[in-house]
Amino acid sequence: MTDTDLTVDVPGETSEGAQEMRPRNITTPTELGRELGAVLRLPESAAPLEEDAEFTEDETMIINMGPQHPSTHGVLRLMLELDGETVLRTKPIIGYLHTGMEKTGEELTYTQEGTNVTRMDYLSPLFNECVFAMAAEELLGIEVPARATWIRMLMCELNRISSHLLFMATNGMDLGALSMMIYGWRERETLLAFFEKVTGLRMNHDYIRVGGVAADLPDGWEDDVDDLCENLPPRLDEYDELLTGQPIFRERTEGVGVLTPAQAIALSATGPILRSTGVTWDLRRDMPYQFYDQLDFDVVVGSYGDSFDRYAIRLNEMRESIKIVQQIVDKMPAGDYRIQDRKITPPPRARIDQSMEALIHHFKLFTEGMKVPEGEAYVAVESPRGELGCYLVADGGPKPYRLHMRGPSFVNLQTLPTMMRGGLVADAVAIISSVDPVMGEVDR
Amino acid sequence: MTATVSEVVHVGRDEYISKITGYRDDGYVMCADLCAVDYLTHPGRRLPDGVEAQRFEVVVNLLSFDPPRRVRIRTQVPADDPTVPSLFDLYPGTEAMEREAFDLMGIVFSDHPDLTRILMPEDWEGHPLRKDYSVGRIPVQFKAPADTR
Repeated sequence: MTDTDLTVDVPGETSEGAQEMRPRNITTPTELGRELGAVLRLPESAAPLEEDAEFTEDETMIINMGPQHPSTHGVLRLMLELDGETVLRTKPIIGYLHTGMEKTGEELTYTQEGTNVTRMDYLSPLFNECVFAMAAEELLGIEVPARATWIRMLMCELNRISSHLLFMATNGMDLGALSMMIYGWRERETLLAFFEKVTGLRMNHDYIRVGGVAADLPDGWEDDVDDLCENLPPRLDEYDELLTGQPIFRERTEGVGVLTPAQAIALSATGPILRSTGVTWDLRRDMPYQFYDQLDFDVVVGSYGDSFDRYAIRLNEMRESIKIVQQIVDKMPAGDYRIQDRKITPPPRARIDQSMEALIHHFKLFTEGMKVPEGEAYVAVESPRGELGCYLVADGGPKPYRLHMRGPSFVNLQTLPTMMRGGLVADAVAIISSVDPVMGEVDR
Repeated sequence: MTATVSEVVHVGRDEYISKITGYRDDGYVMCADLCAVDYLTHPGRRLPDGVEAQRFEVVVNLLSFDPPRRVRIRTQVPADDPTVPSLFDLYPGTEAMEREAFDLMGIVFSDHPDLTRILMPEDWEGHPLRKDYSVGRIPVQFKAPADTR
């Protein structure tokens, strides 16, 4: 390679292309002020331009973290501009896992869609299925049987626990608490074993379907859930002691990656990130869907908006979820687990041998799919990472005309530059971990 | 059962910024979602009187915390000039969402600070979520290859 290959001819582009962060010598002060001001939600005149403009290209260094870095939770790449050990600007670069799932979704019928959406946020697959099913049901104008809704809530809350347990594991791992990683995975495994018993699969269940759920809960599910609810709390107390009581962990998380409520709202952050700043916003309580208004639970909020708050919120949300699960077990009604509408729910296998009509319905449903009336709907649920929304457009045919998932991780990643600014490069790992992004959902 | 019901408003492109500024001042503090839809193959969709259907539609979901409510703003965008003003100055959180809509649907958000591809590779041609963009196929071999020995 000759020297000429490395020179940058096009102004505004680095040697790595237009998408990258621009070097300082070609970033005009206006642009820098706009970037900083808008990100930090300040008028341009109040943006901390003076302290930033002091740095020249020679003093700062741009390094790439990822996409293969072990603590970026998948294939996230961060361009960090460093002044010594201090992070100035951060640009998250995503798309390494983009597989066009929204485009794929337009090619699948409503019956098949569950298998697609469940793979987006692979740590909380049931929420994806749930929000898609709810959006399709809103367009269909149907109400699923009460038992189906309670089963969905039960499974989703258990899924929230398993997702947060994995967060505990990876957060511990990123900060050097390797024993926490092993315990987190171990506990999650007990929940996945229960999912396997109910849905047949540990992950990517395709269990929650339009019109209800795929199968009723298996015999003895109450005992399994009781076991989980009995075993988890003492173990959570142990993990609480292991991490919260550990000076190294606290040193590395307290005051690291601080976000103010105004910044979190302006950057559209939801979920534990928003709640860590003290904003009491939880869709389950504030815009109750399903039967959450009949349950008694607390919304956990933080007060400092730092990495430690986000950890503590997730830990305590698991305890709240256990409370919710216990209430659901008590309230679980008898009845159908899916809607008895043959245009939506396939007939039971045994009926196909006896009834011509059942055979036709079965055939139509699995070859052509169900017809969903024209319209558009946006439904949002509180996933472990924040507001998971599904915007569904139907044109009256058997396939979604447009399927858009509002992934909380995708939006939450935008808070990274603000959180990282002024911190040390070693804290970057703690901050990424505390956002808990799932790249499958970010890139879709 | 579902309290996700949101008000749906159709807003013209010329009053897009002013209307959304009004909503922001009215307490809609967060832009929850922004996406675009291509109605190329579904032209006869139902729209309220006075709204002329165009090929593209930009859909903005705003969220208010107190009182808890949502509003969904739909804006028609013509195919020959798919340009919409950016909401970045009102809601900095739309930065990534607008880039996604640009990348996958080809909507240009004017005055966006960094309108580049976000999910697709930088040198990609076309906008994959458009309806005239083929899904593409990979030929699948169902038979064993001919014996070459």
